[in-house]
Amino acid sequence: MSCVIKAENLGKSYGKFRALKGISFTINKGECFGFLGHNGAGKSTTMRMIYGLSTVDEGYLEVMGERIDPITPPRIKQIFGIVPQEDNLDPDLSVIENLEVYGGYFGISSKDARTYGKELLEFMGLADKVNVNVEMLSGGAKRRLVIARALINKPQVIILDEPTTGLDPQARRLVWQKLRRLKEDGVTMLLTTHYMEEAAQICDRIVIMNDGLILAVGSPEELVRQYVLPFVIEVRVSMEMLPSGINEKIEAIGGKAEYIVDSLFIFTKDGKRLWDKLNEIGLDHHVCYLRPANLEDVFLKLTGRRDEE
Amino acid sequence: MKTALGILKRHLIVFRRTLWSNTVFNALEPFLYLSAMGYGLGAYVQDIGGMSYIQFLAPGMVASAAMWAATFECTYSSFVRLHFQKTFHAMLAGPATVTDVVAGEVLFGIVKNVVFGIVILLVIAAMGQVQSVWSLLIPVFLIFPGAVFSLMALSYTGIIGHIDYLNYYITLVTTPMYLFAGVFFPIVSMPAWMQTLVWLNPLYHSVEVCRALVVGNVSMILWQHIASLALFAIVLGKVPGYFLKKRLIS
Repeated sequence: MSCVIKAENLGKSYGKFRALKGISFTINKGECFGFLGHNGAGKSTTMRMIYGLSTVDEGYLEVMGERIDPITPPRIKQIFGIVPQEDNLDPDLSVIENLEVYGGYFGISSKDARTYGKELLEFMGLADKVNVNVEMLSGGAKRRLVIARALINKPQVIILDEPTTGLDPQARRLVWQKLRRLKEDGVTMLLTTHYMEEAAQICDRIVIMNDGLILAVGSPEELVRQYVLPFVIEVRVSMEMLPSGINEKIEAIGGKAEYIVDSLFIFTKDGKRLWDKLNEIGLDHHVCYLRPANLEDVFLKLTGRRDEE
Repeated sequence: MKTALGILKRHLIVFRRTLWSNTVFNALEPFLYLSAMGYGLGAYVQDIGGMSYIQFLAPGMVASAAMWAATFECTYSSFVRLHFQKTFHAMLAGPATVTDVVAGEVLFGIVKNVVFGIVILLVIAAMGQVQSVWSLLIPVFLIFPGAVFSLMALSYTGIIGHIDYLNYYITLVTTPMYLFAGVFFPIVSMPAWMQTLVWLNPLYHSVEVCRALVVGNVSMILWQHIASLALFAIVLGKVPGYFLKKRLIS
């Protein structure tokens, strides 16, 4: 598989603040690569450097085999489709004009942009909104229009910076469905999100970022396998209410206690067996909840301690 | 360049929508000035270099209305696109460079300078104040001052961080340019040092050329005014890009 984007020890400082402290990753052609992290983890900074709103001044960044120094040139941006974090649609224009004008930046004629734009609006479920002013659209519709706009130049790489933040669950699923379709068409996708479910649903590989560093990389399943045990029991009582010496007791029955954001999580290989023994260590079933471990557990385990700094 | 033209196209689509309300409204003010000062004040003014006062005033209105149009476009409108609508960010996420963004803004400032110049030219023609066919060159000439006013305004817009600061530009730069450009009175009535300083006022050059073309008093000295404007444009050429890059690229 050929690599589309490669970063080595990539860093970024704003004055004295180090937003990015040296990260390395490789994104292959045709994959959906996710950047997962809190607000301020350095995800957007990385995206902005890739698509040319920030300069690369520390470390190495390569896009389509070309070194970025200091800023992504137009000929590379020509093959990108960008969905920025804020909806910067043009409020002076209608829905279709937004696509027409944006296509114009790429040198696409009005006629072609309108024809293809209508196809894209159809694809994004906005066919009935062609001549509506963008200000009249709902949040979800705006977001889908931003994605349609990012596709007007038939990009080889799509960069989505928090594509579904602020959307309701239906709108979010609709966006996911569209993104999966694009992935099937072989488009390379970069995505930042702080929704675990989003990352698990559409990403082939993920990096978990915290505080300007990459903490882990792998597929969602790999990360779960690597960083946590397959089952988890959430204990929903406050810390003071826990029986004394609970950690040792959990260990004795084959569990592993983790405290994440002031709650007890018991990780285990065999959920059912541990569940049956909870009474023995003084934990009531009705305050406990057994489920398979997921990406969120990995994320919280790796980044959850930031409040204790 | 294709991206800069794409940006200009965007502005023209928006402009086309508001063209009618925009131009009628903007034509009204110079018309009021011309009536009030030309006829009213003009009754007390002896002829200026063989011209009646309204004759003297009319071409100045063409040049100055054009200046106001280009200036407002590249101050308030550009500021809104830069800070509130994030239009420039969207352009830069596409294949645009900051240079393309500046070129798109300045080209549109020039378009506004030319269009509003033409509108006022039609107004003064309707008032019987156009004497020469040389006036037909005015739209072409207005490209030069249009570039200068747009570059000046856009540079200032790039420097400031809050929209209220635009008032300073209007009050301290544009209004003085308007008042001391030979629009309302000939510059020979000013002290000698001010007459020298007025050469730095782009509107002065624009007014001189417009007046010469309107009355048909064409001479080689007009090239000096055009050359001055071209020089200003060259000197200012890279300034907006420098400041906008600081705002847009981090």
